[in-house]
Amino acid sequence: MSTATHAEHDHGHHPTGFMRWLTTTNHKDIGTMYLVFSLVMFFVGGAMALVIRTELFQPGLQFVDPAFFNQMTTMHALIMIFGAVMPAFVGLANWMVPLQIGAPDMALPRLNNWSFWILPFAFSLLLLTLFLPGGAPASGWTMYPPLVLQTGDAFPFLIFSIHLMGLSSIMGAINIIVTIMNMRAPGMGLLKMPLFVWSWLITAYLLILVMPVLAGAVTMLLTDKYFGTSFFAAAGGGDPVMFQHIFWFFGHPEVYIMILPAFGIISEIIPTFARKPIFGYAAMVYATASIAFLSFIVWAHHMFTVGMPLAGQLFFMFSTMLIAVPTGVKVFNWVATMWRGSMTFETPMLFALAFVFLFTIGGFSGLMLAIVPADLQYHDSYFVVAHFHYVLVPGAVFAIMAGVYYWLPKWTGNMYNEKMGKLHFWITAISVNLTFFPMHFVGLAGMPRRIPDYATQFADFNAIATVGAFVFGFSQLMFAWNVYRCAKGGEKASAEVWEGSHGLEWTVPSPAPLHTFDTPPVVK
Amino acid sequence: MSRTTSRWIGRIAAAAGSALAVPASAWADWAVNMPRGATAISGEVYQLHMLIFGVCVAIAVIVFGAMIWSIFYHRKSRGVEPAKFSHSTKVEIVWTTIPIVILIAMAVPAADTLVRMEDTRDSDMSVKITGYQWKWEYEYLDEGIRFFSNLAPESNRARQLGSGIDPRSVENYLLDVDNPLVVPVGAKVRLLLTSNDVIHSWWVPDFGGKKDAIPGYINEFWFEAETPGTYRGQCAELCGRDHGFMPVVVEVLPVAEYEAWLSDNAPAPQAEPAASTAAAAPAPAEDAAPSAASAAEPEAGSEQQAAAPAADGMTLEQAMSQGRNLHVQHCSACHQADGSGLPAAGFPALDKLAVGLEEHLEVVVHGRQGTAMAAFGPQLSDREIAAIITYQRNAWDNETGDVVQPDDVAAVR
Amino acid sequence: MDQTERYYVPHGSYWPIVGAVGLFFMMLGVSFWFNGIGLMGWVAWLGIAVVMVMIVGWFATVINESEAGAYSDQVGRSFRMGMTWFIISEVMFFAAFFGALFYARQLAIPWLGGEGNNFFTHLLLYPQFEASWPTGGPLSWGGDFKIMGAGGLPALNTAILLTSGVTLTVAHHAIKDGNRKLTSWGLFATILLGLLFLSLQAYEYIHAYQDLNLRLTSGIYGSTFFMLTGFHGMHVTLGALMLIVVWIRVLKGHFTTKEHFGFEGVAWYWHFVDVVWLGLYIFVYWL
Ligand code: HEA
Ligand code: HEA
Ligand code: CUA
Ligand SMILES: [Cu+2]
Repeated sequence: MSTATHAEHDHGHHPTGFMRWLTTTNHKDIGTMYLVFSLVMFFVGGAMALVIRTELFQPGLQFVDPAFFNQMTTMHALIMIFGAVMPAFVGLANWMVPLQIGAPDMALPRLNNWSFWILPFAFSLLLLTLFLPGGAPASGWTMYPPLVLQTGDAFPFLIFSIHLMGLSSIMGAINIIVTIMNMRAPGMGLLKMPLFVWSWLITAYLLILVMPVLAGAVTMLLTDKYFGTSFFAAAGGGDPVMFQHIFWFFGHPEVYIMILPAFGIISEIIPTFARKPIFGYAAMVYATASIAFLSFIVWAHHMFTVGMPLAGQLFFMFSTMLIAVPTGVKVFNWVATMWRGSMTFETPMLFALAFVFLFTIGGFSGLMLAIVPADLQYHDSYFVVAHFHYVLVPGAVFAIMAGVYYWLPKWTGNMYNEKMGKLHFWITAISVNLTFFPMHFVGLAGMPRRIPDYATQFADFNAIATVGAFVFGFSQLMFAWNVYRCAKGGEKASAEVWEGSHGLEWTVPSPAPLHTFDTPPVVK
Repeated sequence: MSRTTSRWIGRIAAAAGSALAVPASAWADWAVNMPRGATAISGEVYQLHMLIFGVCVAIAVIVFGAMIWSIFYHRKSRGVEPAKFSHSTKVEIVWTTIPIVILIAMAVPAADTLVRMEDTRDSDMSVKITGYQWKWEYEYLDEGIRFFSNLAPESNRARQLGSGIDPRSVENYLLDVDNPLVVPVGAKVRLLLTSNDVIHSWWVPDFGGKKDAIPGYINEFWFEAETPGTYRGQCAELCGRDHGFMPVVVEVLPVAEYEAWLSDNAPAPQAEPAASTAAAAPAPAEDAAPSAASAAEPEAGSEQQAAAPAADGMTLEQAMSQGRNLHVQHCSACHQADGSGLPAAGFPALDKLAVGLEEHLEVVVHGRQGTAMAAFGPQLSDREIAAIITYQRNAWDNETGDVVQPDDVAAVR
Repeated sequence: MDQTERYYVPHGSYWPIVGAVGLFFMMLGVSFWFNGIGLMGWVAWLGIAVVMVMIVGWFATVINESEAGAYSDQVGRSFRMGMTWFIISEVMFFAAFFGALFYARQLAIPWLGGEGNNFFTHLLLYPQFEASWPTGGPLSWGGDFKIMGAGGLPALNTAILLTSGVTLTVAHHAIKDGNRKLTSWGLFATILLGLLFLSLQAYEYIHAYQDLNLRLTSGIYGSTFFMLTGFHGMHVTLGALMLIVVWIRVLKGHFTTKEHFGFEGVAWYWHFVDVVWLGLYIFVYWL
């Protein structure tokens, strides 16, 4: 067993003020920076979404040029995925994993700091393209060649910013794996770990296995554009579709990278507020693992229209459908955890419940997309847009908000404003459906995605979606305000915070002191 | 306004109603659900779609039902004590196997339909479809007919940024073209899809799906329309700035009318290319007149030169009139009708031309690598290119006085 | 409690932020350079310089801490696990390029030749194209070229790299037995072999360009050949540099018979580079 020493003197003085944040190696500081960065990116990406929705409010082009619209679509997705959702989960991991396994800090603190500080620079590179001749990338976040090779000056910025994001994610993932595998308190056996830790361990494996593949894919784009290679050009013996295979080999695990930690958070919150242990802990772990495994053999379900051989289409249809099974196990276990519990409905629980409802709806539409003949109709229509926003917004984003409300008192030592929290929840939950549910209908009715203007029969549902988007968007300012107020002060929180709370993080005082578990607790 | 509001309510009602899985007829409204379509396959796809949807609704009812039940009855405020149980291998096994069974039940019909969709054998006719930024080219392999299909001019005018034209006043806004694909009813039409630049995707919902048009490869797709009529769709794969503006329209004609259309449009060389601007519009495209020049296929064009070589030059006037139409049709998407271009989006302005004649010819004929500037050499006849360049070099602020002749173009090909 | 039993948590390090800034200017400069703004090339060089400083400084700090005995076994384990997962991520990076090679050879090329569901691709687009490997594609980009045979240079290079693996293992055993002399000689030999490999590789490239007309632009064959061998070459270079650092440390008397992670990490890296080469030799040169 080991305790931690803190080398207070290794730079003579202990930096304060802004310098403290630049040089910190403390997992709590770094977690906070990740979360703040993610919130900012959420607003920036959201503002772009609002540009999209504004143009789509009515048929006809009223506000932006189609080229700029495509730039918004592309940047919105890249920023939300790599700038908002992923950093938010990494931030939560930084804060909570050491606290939940009784470790003094992350295993590689300096690397941890580097992983974070690469991000702001990576996104500066990406956002800078908005001001370049030719504007930002406009090829969709999927960057399919040959279209992406038509990108103007923005092209190398896009590629290199993605390289940097990948570097950051990989190092962050390494840190999390090493922390979990090497820093657990005595007695904290693998199958005693909280489910949030488990889900992050598996997510980290996914990250390490797929981010380098994305790096390779975009590197091939770079050489195809500037060095005359022909990976994706038929004339030279390549194939544009090859990029899609490599991209989606990364891309599909990526979407689970954005949902597995969410599963973890929900599996923490529901037992707390149902005052009842999680149902089927082991099953939850195995389900998560099998989802992760399956995610490597389903990628081509994004490519059913590219003309794959029949056998390939059948294989990817069946493997994709299989994912419904382990995911179902998780959903059922959550329900079984609530069953005959004694539930209360504080804000985190409200978001968690909404997650289970709405993610499941998104999952169902996903399953429909897996059915190849039907997908030949759904593909690249707004039905797909509806699907992935259901799993990403009321899925990933709701889980993040639930987690923030859940752990905020532990971080700040104060309770957030419950009234405002509940209000925020209800407005958000209603407007999110107003925004994304109608997209199912226009999609089925034949509205393609990535278009700035549409045929008039789609007008009504698009108008509704736009209204919903603005309500949803601006109601998030309430969330930001609530968090800010809570950080500044408020009713003091106890160490346990919640009546039904369970786990090591609740044994340390609120707010959690800068250094926790210097002498590790013993878990029996 | 209130009209629209009431229409909203109608739609929402329809949607809600059908969500409760009332008779499928409620779904027939094409703005809410997938269309049943005009082919046997599209009908099957629709049935499959409704089947999976039904299964999902059923499962949702059970799962959400259980949740809502416990949210109401298992709440602390009702003073219930939490139960202690935390696992049961039996139920875990049950709710692992049941979904598997359901999934298999869904996979079987899906696979069955898919196998038949993939079978493009013994088709009655083949059309090669080539995607361009941003138009489609249809080539009837057996009949030798070949023409371009652009967004219809009315829609094109209305869709310009801040055009002030209400899209609702344009019929089939964004879903209409100058020259539709024309096929006979009841024939198995095999489509051979490829692209000239980036990936496009040819989609007509009523034919049950879409297939990507990939540069350098050819994908096969087929449909067999059961009833005559006009079927509309759009390009479904992001292909650049005007991805939203390259619709697909298919005219399915009774066999006799189709035969007539064939004979009208057999590749007989048109009298005088300038005339082709007006005349060559395929029969059914009433609204095609102003932009039908896109129907002047390179074949026709080149045969032209063969028939009456260099001799027939163009005067500035001819060139300017023909060039304006062609410019609007082929160039204005990026460089704008007034030549102002879209510098912000990387599309250069032409109204104050800097490029010399040679470069101008070069770029138009061979395109510019790594940009959206396509090679128009393969798309247009020497005469059309000559007209376009002459027009661009003399319109707006460009008083170069250059008059380009067809054989100048032929020279750089 | 005794020092080595404690988990060392460093405080306030400037190196990460320096590294981030360095990377930023590097990428910024390179990007502008790609856009033909040559001047910015200097920004890139500045960035690279900063990154170099960061690497040196960061490693120096770690080495000093390690020599000062700040690290417990647990910290050592963290480093080992970290290195392992880093190498695995590197493997996946190469996997992307091997994937491209297999896809092109097994699928794309045959399809262009009319196989599978691509009958019309061949009939209408490339009637004259014969599916074969190697190839520059249907339009044989980059013109005719001769391929790099498996015999001769590549075979020699394989032998060299494998031998370097052996000499490194010798050094590894030596360090465990506390035989510093042998350790440093083993390392020295490994480094020499590594550099020899690199110079032969460079010669091979020149040969390819000048005599075989085999270039990066020679269609899919040239693309995969140069990208795979090129990235491998970069990794060998990196490995050699790290070996040199370790060698100097050995000469300076660093490392103990049981605490020599710096050595081990680099050794693992070198073996990884070795294995990648075997894959290259088999799939790029041989088959
Ligand atoms: C968090 C992100 C996330 C998650 C979790 C998922 C989950 C799933 N997704 Fe989704 N998906 C995306 C993000 C995500 N997706 C994105 C971003 C895209 C678009 C990318 C782009 O093109 O830009 C996409 C696109 C996409 C496609 C391609 C559509 C197209 O372009 O044509 C497909 C096709 O199969 C698909 C399938 C699925 C399936 C089967 C699941 C499954 O994991 C869902 C499983 C869950 C359930 C099924 C519900 C709960 C289960 C039960 C209650 C058990 C009982 C149920 C049954 C037996 C039916 N997704
Ligand atoms: C986690 C990922 C994520 C998230 C959270 C979101 C969130 C949202 N998305 Fe996004 N979206 C994607 C991932 C995501 N999206 C992806 C992957 C695509 C595909 C891209 C592609 O096709 O390549 C996509 C595409 C996409 C489209 C289709 C575009 C097209 O096909 O042309 C649309 C259209 O409505 C849309 C809308 C929205 C909306 C309204 C939200 C809302 O939830 C956003 C919430 C709004 C806010 C948070 C606003 C906050 C701002 C203010 C309150 C104003 C003040 C402003 C500042 C302070 C700067 N998204
Ligand atoms: Cu053509 Cu989209
Ligand atoms: Cu997927």
